[in-house]
Amino acid sequence: MYEFSYHKPSSVADAAKAMGSADDPKILAGGQTLLPTMKQRLASPSDVVSLRGCRDLVGISSDGSTLTIGAMTTHAAVAASGDVQKAIPALAALAGNIGDAQVRNRGTIGGSLANNDPAADYPSAALALGATIVTTKRELSADNFFTGMFETALEEDEIITSIRFPVPQAAAYAKFDNPASRYALVGVFFAKTSDGPRVAVTGASQGGVFRAKDIEEQIAAGKTPDSSGIAENSLNADIHATAAYRKHLIGVMAKRAVAAAG
Amino acid sequence: MPSVSMTVNGKQVSGTVEPRTLLVQFIRENLHLTGTHVGCDTSQCGACVVHVDGASVKSCAMLAIEADGSTVTTIEGLAGDGDVLHPMQEAFRDNHGLQCGFCTPGMVMSAIDLVNNNPAPSEHEIRDWLEGNICRCTGYHNIVKSITAGAAAMKGQKAAAE
Repeated sequence: MYEFSYHKPSSVADAAKAMGSADDPKILAGGQTLLPTMKQRLASPSDVVSLRGCRDLVGISSDGSTLTIGAMTTHAAVAASGDVQKAIPALAALAGNIGDAQVRNRGTIGGSLANNDPAADYPSAALALGATIVTTKRELSADNFFTGMFETALEEDEIITSIRFPVPQAAAYAKFDNPASRYALVGVFFAKTSDGPRVAVTGASQGGVFRAKDIEEQIAAGKTPDSSGIAENSLNADIHATAAYRKHLIGVMAKRAVAAAG
Repeated sequence: MPSVSMTVNGKQVSGTVEPRTLLVQFIRENLHLTGTHVGCDTSQCGACVVHVDGASVKSCAMLAIEADGSTVTTIEGLAGDGDVLHPMQEAFRDNHGLQCGFCTPGMVMSAIDLVNNNPAPSEHEIRDWLEGNICRCTGYHNIVKSITAGAAAMKGQKAAAE
């Protein structure tokens, strides 16, 4: 790992300030992606701004129609939360199946969304549930937040503070995970909302998480979901799975998610 | 260089570290507690698992400076004074839950965190929890047996204390 300067501000406003005055800064949330990346020298920020001192970024609250999760809340805390289990059990189950126990004890929801790994679980939940990503500057709908593989609408000195999830009528996440890494080869999050079905797919596309609108239309029409309308040349192909296999899995996972949501 | 202080195995310790110093480096190189192992250094193998503020973490995927002010327990901190092992350590010995032993400190620390969260885990729950701990010798079977026995022993010890 290359050298860097470390900052631990006690408020998110000071964190944004530290980001603004540094040369090439990175936010450190749980560090479960950033630190391994820095150890491999794939990232070499001049400054690391830790959010560990910003206690107001941790916490979960629910008012029945909206579930709000602070950006620095760990996956383990989301998985174990009675509020999450009651409001959106699919989200608690998703969080409880990310990586391994030690990653879940450190990794955070804000970090996962900001990183937007194309095989991460949380982006599919945020997109399918129509979440609002609250930052130090504005509120972004999930539909406008994810802009491509490892890319989001976040500006350089903009920090996620919380995520608001509207509580759906029903939801489920079906994931076909890589048995070694537990990253999703394909994960499909289905949410039945008052505006109709929403389906988001992670792990499959070269552009990162995406909404499968033709599958949403099939579900709305009462048909069994299938992935025939998804362009194979937009999907990832690697040593783990071909594009054709991923396309097939999208249909299978969509069916499983719809069945699980009941 | 910044200084850090934390409670490790019940003792207050401090030292100066570079910001990039990993918690596992601080534990091994500054504190000379070499029971915490570095197997892969890519946060997959779990040989470096310690408890930070009561939760198991991979100490190769955490900066030492991020543990400033925390309470850390390593494998050396489990046994009480004298020759009495922690029930989970004893269970690994009784059930032959190791061969070369390199992964064992991480396995034991991870297992204790599991049992703290789930006092009577099923075999499936144990195997699921061990996702983040790799053993290349045993095939896991005796590790799972050890953890089942260790969980029962921890429960017995807790009941005896109450």
